[in-house]
Amino acid sequence: MITELGHFALVLAFLISLVQATVPMIGAARGWGGWMDVAVPAASAQFFLVAFSFGALTWAFVTSDFSLDLVVANSHSAKPMLYKVTGVWGNHEGSMLLWVLILVLFGAMLAWFGGNVPPRLKARALAVQAMIGAAFMAFTLLTSNPFLRSAVAPLDGQDLNPLLQDPGLAFHPPFLYLGYVGLSMSFSFAVAALIEGRVDAAWARWVRPWTLAAWMFLTVGIALGSWWAYYELGWGGFWFWDPVENASFMPWLIAAALLHSAIVVEKRESLKSWTILLAIMAFGFSLIGTFIVRSGVITSVHAFANDPERGVFILAILGVALGGALTLYAARAGALEAKGVFGLLSRESALVLNNILLAVACFVVFFGTIWPLVAELAFDRKLSVGAPFFDMAFTPFMIAIAMALPIGAIMPWKRARMGRVMRPLWGAAALSVALGALIWAMQTGGSALAPVGVALAAWLLLGSAVDLWQKAGSGKAGLAGSLRRLARLPRADWGKALAHGGLGLTIFGVATITAWQVEDIRVAQVGDRFDVAGFEIAFDSVEEVEGPNYLSTTGHFTVRRDGSDIARLAPEKRVYPVAAMPTTEAAIHQSLARDIYLVIGDAQAGGGYAVRSYIKPFANWIWLGSIIMALGGLLSLSDRRYRVAAGARRAAPGAVAAE
Amino acid sequence: MKLLILILLLLAMPAFAVQPDEILDDPALEARARDISAGLRCLVCRNESIDESNADLARDLRLLVRERLVAGDSDAEVVDFIVARYGEYVLLQPRATGSSIVLWAAGPVMLLIGLGIGVAYLRRRRDAAPPPAEALSPEEEARLKEIMKD
Repeated sequence: MITELGHFALVLAFLISLVQATVPMIGAARGWGGWMDVAVPAASAQFFLVAFSFGALTWAFVTSDFSLDLVVANSHSAKPMLYKVTGVWGNHEGSMLLWVLILVLFGAMLAWFGGNVPPRLKARALAVQAMIGAAFMAFTLLTSNPFLRSAVAPLDGQDLNPLLQDPGLAFHPPFLYLGYVGLSMSFSFAVAALIEGRVDAAWARWVRPWTLAAWMFLTVGIALGSWWAYYELGWGGFWFWDPVENASFMPWLIAAALLHSAIVVEKRESLKSWTILLAIMAFGFSLIGTFIVRSGVITSVHAFANDPERGVFILAILGVALGGALTLYAARAGALEAKGVFGLLSRESALVLNNILLAVACFVVFFGTIWPLVAELAFDRKLSVGAPFFDMAFTPFMIAIAMALPIGAIMPWKRARMGRVMRPLWGAAALSVALGALIWAMQTGGSALAPVGVALAAWLLLGSAVDLWQKAGSGKAGLAGSLRRLARLPRADWGKALAHGGLGLTIFGVATITAWQVEDIRVAQVGDRFDVAGFEIAFDSVEEVEGPNYLSTTGHFTVRRDGSDIARLAPEKRVYPVAAMPTTEAAIHQSLARDIYLVIGDAQAGGGYAVRSYIKPFANWIWLGSIIMALGGLLSLSDRRYRVAAGARRAAPGAVAAE
Repeated sequence: MKLLILILLLLAMPAFAVQPDEILDDPALEARARDISAGLRCLVCRNESIDESNADLARDLRLLVRERLVAGDSDAEVVDFIVARYGEYVLLQPRATGSSIVLWAAGPVMLLIGLGIGVAYLRRRRDAAPPPAEALSPEEEARLKEIMKD
């Protein structure tokens, strides 16, 4: 019964979205306030209905209601409760419902908290948001309905894919969707502004927080996915340039560009039409990603069974959304006049360079991702584009961005002089180069990766520090005075420094782990001791363990250095009988300086087990850096100027703001 | 979510790629073998190199690579040998020949176009006349001020 109510609620939400997509739009065009106001209750109603619908599906999973096809295919009565809940989005249909839930949540947030957005713009943005919502609800209901009942309910389910039964992966999709779908807000605002024919500083100020939030969630989502791959897949890879990963990375790059260009619109009233284009493309890449992931077109190599009907449907949504928005853009962008005047060397120009590099980097990833498809269709050439290509084609852009970033970040608006900009930075630059040179001299291999990575990381971190130091008056106020000034800096300044520093840390982690990781593969007998990069690893024992829904072969190892115990590690090889699938559970001793990463493999014919040991230097900095980047975004989001909305509403019309 | 399942499919098997019994005694030769393997696609997997995959076919290819190396082939000869048998699909990094030149050129060309447009735009902004007096009405001006107030 609850299932049917959930289904019904979703249908109802779809109908309301149709109303919200049309009535406020007409109201805004005709200037009818009542029609525009429809958007707010409609957005709330949509949210509550979809939330109820999602709750109903969750209930079916929690109570293991095996009369639902979806629950049968993705759950099992013996599964731990956490994974019963996360199993709701561990499949195509349920994850679409989560997608829709987040979409209507963002719409509702704008309806509830967008008090200071002009009514016309708000009505139009909510109408566009509802159009996207209507499209995806129709998609869910027509091609991917999670509420379908089976005629005969089986006794038990087929279990969730064991690799998904993991905390890292359980929370990876919600974050990713918050990011993907959050970009729909920027899209809706962009389309609304195009209809309006007007983009100004205030518009940028309303759009930037949504973009910032979406980018932040996307950062966390991607980091979680990468971290999961690192500890779960058995050899500690953290990024594979897989089409599906690229699908999440492309919107991230464009969102990062959008964040920066929106600043120029906000502060300098320039780059307007480019910013609108980025806002359209950011969500466009989210949709392209959805298409790549769910249609199976690009992943056709691995006969990934997917309904072609779904692919066509998403392609249609993509075509209408992107085609419509870009047509509107072509018609209206010319009317968006830039106001700011600035020199070739200025903060504005630096942000333009940032945008060019990020956008072209995204283009390179996109081109590489779809090239196998293009080559096959257009040139009848079957070829692969994998990690080696992306490493080579993408890395130069990251290096260029990292090199230019600290300089651009401290440039003044309007007009800059290179000599003055560089003066406080020379020390940081010299120190970074010296550090890189030192590493180059110290390391034995000839790879330039580590020296360059470390130098760039130092440059970014020191550059951020210099920026803050300058803002605090370069020490002119004395130590106490400077500290006080630092503490009083706008949170946006701290957010900027953190996000840029975080990028440095991530670059550091990626470069060092790639350059310096040590690997050891061997057959080890119980009782063996062996040496890996100065660590002594002893294989103490093996046991067979029975888990709640799996069987495990667990090896017990002791890691020593200079005679003292560092860690006891127990890597496992598991078999999930219901899904008939083996997994490896690496045992990792984590620290900031290095991870010790052990994997146990199959028993060998001649006795003993295959054992892989890795020493991975500075691995955790990759994700630590990402989290710091996201924190920077959060800090920036909490900056005073974005909380004006609340203040503006409190001050009653006519009343003088009591500040 | 399909995202995850996709990743899973491509990496579904617990990766236990290079087995201890495959490793060559000569570390220099083995290092070359690993390098070559990282650039060759496991043909039955999704976007995995033979170095990462534990599919049987990947193992056969790894052994083949090592066999050729031991026989004295250079790295390029080994790769050519494999491409001759399995086609260019096996290369994770397509060679810049024929239509694939487009793939390699796309990034640099786009960067040049981007920089060109960027510089043209910046020059226009530098030479632009300062905007005429505000086109906003006084009420709009006041409202904007209130919203933008820091």
